Amino acid sequence: MTVSLAEWLMDDRPASRRQAVLGNLYRGMRAIIANPAALAGLIIILLLVAVAIFAPVLALGRSPFAQDLAQRLAAPSAVHWLGTDELGRDIYARTLYGARVTLTIVFLVSIIVAPIGLAVGTLAGYLGGWVDRVLMRITDVFLAFPRLVLALAFAAALGPGIENAVIAISLTAWPPYARIARAETITIAGSDFIQVVVLQGASTLRILFRHVVPLCLSSVIVRLTLDMAGIILTAAGLGFLGLGAQPPTPEWGAMVSAGREVILDQWWVATIPGIAIFIVSLGFNLLGDGLRDVFDPKAER
Amino acid sequence: MIDIADLSVTFGSGNRVVHAVRGVSLSVEEGESFGIVGESGSGKSTVLKAIAGLVPNSNTHLTVQGRPASGKRTKADRRLMQFVFQDPYASLHPRQTVDEALREPLAIHGLDDPENRIAQALSEVGLGVEHRFRYPHQLSGGQRQRVAIARALILRPPVLLLDEPTSALDVSVQAEILNLISRLKQANRLTIILVSHDLGVVAHLCNRIAIMQFGKLVEVVSAADLRSGNVTSDYTRALIEASRGFVRAVD
Repeated sequence: MTVSLAEWLMDDRPASRRQAVLGNLYRGMRAIIANPAALAGLIIILLLVAVAIFAPVLALGRSPFAQDLAQRLAAPSAVHWLGTDELGRDIYARTLYGARVTLTIVFLVSIIVAPIGLAVGTLAGYLGGWVDRVLMRITDVFLAFPRLVLALAFAAALGPGIENAVIAISLTAWPPYARIARAETITIAGSDFIQVVVLQGASTLRILFRHVVPLCLSSVIVRLTLDMAGIILTAAGLGFLGLGAQPPTPEWGAMVSAGREVILDQWWVATIPGIAIFIVSLGFNLLGDGLRDVFDPKAER
Repeated sequence: MIDIADLSVTFGSGNRVVHAVRGVSLSVEEGESFGIVGESGSGKSTVLKAIAGLVPNSNTHLTVQGRPASGKRTKADRRLMQFVFQDPYASLHPRQTVDEALREPLAIHGLDDPENRIAQALSEVGLGVEHRFRYPHQLSGGQRQRVAIARALILRPPVLLLDEPTSALDVSVQAEILNLISRLKQANRLTIILVSHDLGVVAHLCNRIAIMQFGKLVEVVSAADLRSGNVTSDYTRALIEASRGFVRAVD
């Protein structure tokens, strides 16, 4: 007897570990797809990834760097679909390539922020006592500053550039994750299934990594997705102020910044990258909301 | 097998200190089924948790198989006894399959041949291969408690501590689980300490029973004496009377 892939995935008596894990993922996937807002967000993010990968193809041979001063600040036309900027560069091509820069920032910030936040939060929450107090006061110090101002200070101290912008954003973004992870850990640490592994003789690190972190992960992922819009905007803000991506990198924030002097006469220079930032931020927010619904343990059963 | 001398447990500090257990001394023989009964708040679960090492501030002289086990416990100490919690809905990790839950203790203690050990542990508690890769939310309460018992026994501990193992379950499932425990005790020659508020459960499973009230040990009686009402303290008599009254009301 043959079974379809969907039946195999939804089988409530899986025959292997792989089938159980894949089945769980599949159910999560179906829950996301069943939620229209989350689906819209997911599609936007997938489109962003596709645009970043296929930028050279989609740009149809236009270069994001080629200058043509004779054509500077040209209005949208058949040749330059979305017009040109102050150096005569094609805004359509620059916006497409800008997706790569944005994705790079988003990816790098996530892989820095989530582990730091999880490590600090779970250690503080699980060990308690003076470890908790020291780690949380350090977190408070970072939280006490307005985020953009602190990122500005770090970016200014480290020097302009995308890598430094990523470091500056990460340094200011991790404290809320530590807080979330700590709160989740305190709830989880008191539960019977953690006591069970303690009684089995597991080491503290094993308990944290194998039993506590997997349960904190969902709220951290939701928070990270919802934060992505803020991270993109902070990166754009740093770019706008000249501390993020440096010319001629086609970063959306820097592009908006370059267009602000001519915003009344040549509106497209600032508007097009602005719309790109808006759509991507919206996509991450919608997906984050959807993930929160899917991961919500109260809605699970 | 297990000796406790003058166990006291307090929670909180200063004015708000609560004496959960006051000066309890017990000794449990090897292969014995020992029951602890009492009403809610009598400290019976706390005594069990102190034996397991889950209650931090217990100043006591606890020896297991003649070895002191009061301080920090090693992995070898942990392997001497395993615990089955009251609520099977809370004692299984929600994101781990049955297979992972049973694999974990084997990995911690570095035991060989996990595949066979897991399969055997499942069949011992009456679960089939079809349950092995399920998540807890795909199991019933009784099945979950079976998993919890399999997980406790997979390390082959000589002592099994049970904290009201049936009180979160349906009446129809309770009997199944009690029979399972009784059968596993015979097969593995386990020493059992069972905590319950249900005199019937304790009298069914245990040889000797300790009665607790207000954190103190009232008396220790044999199961036969408990059934025949041959007890010395008024409180025990009242407890027996209360449970008989309940039975009569049901009839």
